[in-house]
Amino acid sequence: MIEKTSVLAQPGRRAALPIMVLLALGFVAPLLAVVGFSFMPARTFGLWHEPTLENYETIFSDNTYVSLFWSLGLASATVVLLALICYPVAYGLVRVFGRWSTVLTLLFTIPLVVSENIRLYGWVLFFIKGGVLPGTLRTLFGVEMGDFLFTPAAVLFGMVYVYLPFMLFPMTLGIAMVPNQMREAARDLGATRWQVFREVELPLSTPGLMIGSLLTFVLAVGAIAEAKVLGGQRIIPITHDIEIAFTYAQNWPLGAALAVLLMLVVSVLVLIVLRRFDLDQILGKR
Amino acid sequence: MSENNNSIRHILIGVWTAAVLLFVFIPSATIFLASMTSSRYFTFPISSFGFDWWSKVFNSLEVRALALTSLSIAATVTVIAVVLGFFGALAFARYDWKGRKLYQKFILLPIFFPQSVLGLALLLWFNALGLTLSWKTAVLAHLVWIAPVVTLVMAIQVYSFDPSLEEAATDLGASRWQTFREVTLPVLMPGIFSGSLFAFLLSWGNFPLSLYTTGADNTLPKYLYAKMVAGYTPGVPVLGTISTAAAAVLLFGGYAAMLFLTRKRNAAS
Repeated sequence: MIEKTSVLAQPGRRAALPIMVLLALGFVAPLLAVVGFSFMPARTFGLWHEPTLENYETIFSDNTYVSLFWSLGLASATVVLLALICYPVAYGLVRVFGRWSTVLTLLFTIPLVVSENIRLYGWVLFFIKGGVLPGTLRTLFGVEMGDFLFTPAAVLFGMVYVYLPFMLFPMTLGIAMVPNQMREAARDLGATRWQVFREVELPLSTPGLMIGSLLTFVLAVGAIAEAKVLGGQRIIPITHDIEIAFTYAQNWPLGAALAVLLMLVVSVLVLIVLRRFDLDQILGKR
Repeated sequence: MSENNNSIRHILIGVWTAAVLLFVFIPSATIFLASMTSSRYFTFPISSFGFDWWSKVFNSLEVRALALTSLSIAATVTVIAVVLGFFGALAFARYDWKGRKLYQKFILLPIFFPQSVLGLALLLWFNALGLTLSWKTAVLAHLVWIAPVVTLVMAIQVYSFDPSLEEAATDLGASRWQTFREVTLPVLMPGIFSGSLFAFLLSWGNFPLSLYTTGADNTLPKYLYAKMVAGYTPGVPVLGTISTAAAAVLLFGGYAAMLFLTRKRNAAS
């Protein structure tokens, strides 16, 4: 018996090997290189200089960390708004729409595979002077529309738009995990709608909600296209600073140090949240 | 009373979902409208309709070259990601082995990571290794993100796989390879199918990773972005409409094909 489990243990490890090699070379190694670069003197391009903390000092003396707060703030707002927007939709997909759910799910999937900058550009053409919305308002009602594009609100709007599927789908998985009998039992025992929601539905679907929030937050913290396309660079997110340091400024060590700060925030969050969940339970539903 | 309440609630949920769906598709509709103008700039209401820009895009050699690069990347990524993801998913959901829980979480990390930062990190890493950036380095960059996604998509299929089927085949005298080819592979086919669909589409539409890792080779999303920032022509919405429509056709077509295959197999058994 013992021998059998040790034999079974082997194929798993062998099957995991190829993708582990890919991630070691394409994920872990690059991130280590970034960490290494963040300790190199400014404007150098090799990893073999005397390590220094000057890049981190520059960030905190130069107000660059302000952009980190913008990114964190916008990402948090995105998560809250999306949780509110998506919950009824996710609930409907699991409990209300029946066989229409598949078609609806596919419809919600389409934008996911169209490049986000194309879709954001659609919003630009929608809101811009002479675009669809102002044009319609003017011809039909003779109303002139105030500027919405190139404001912080437009950036948040774009982020809510782009990351919607990343909240919606994990949430759907989460709600599908709540057994129907459980809700019915609560109803039979005299719970009100609100009580069923608060005491049964919400706690049992938490894994989906948490994973959706985490995914949305992490991706939104790394958002860059929204601020560029819809924000007209009125807001500078951290990713923009990182990009500038890497490209125009040719200051890799500074960019690396900024990236390390962002990675720290992201990995702490991811580790805290992922620790709590058993993935077999969420994905397997056995 | 409660029934009545319930149906009102369901109607509200339906209306809300329709509104969200409208929100999701407004940009695509706008892009489509913007592609149908024959003037140089887009103003609404459109004064002169026309498909001039559509024919210009279809005849453009530059666009063909871009589409070819995007296609090469997406096709290569799909093939490699499906192979890696297939075994990755078996390790994820099928086999019981020491370190599996840790592995499951490790696989998720590239998905839970800001893509623009990953793109820049890879740029730095490729430079440190002395690699010349081209569409091949972009393939590697896409794989880092897409292979884990495919692994997850396939793992969901693997969870519903009954291991006793494999054991039965082995007991009946099938070799390892025969079991794999005759039992494991066909049962997991729907997962492989949806995995490759996702791999292809996600690679085709990817912008943040391509931006930093393609070097001199240009992909469609990268080209469109450059055009949006400077040098807008109605060719941009034309290409945008084509990619959205193509994605829709592939997704719905893929789903229909899968339904058809499942029905056929169920009818046969």
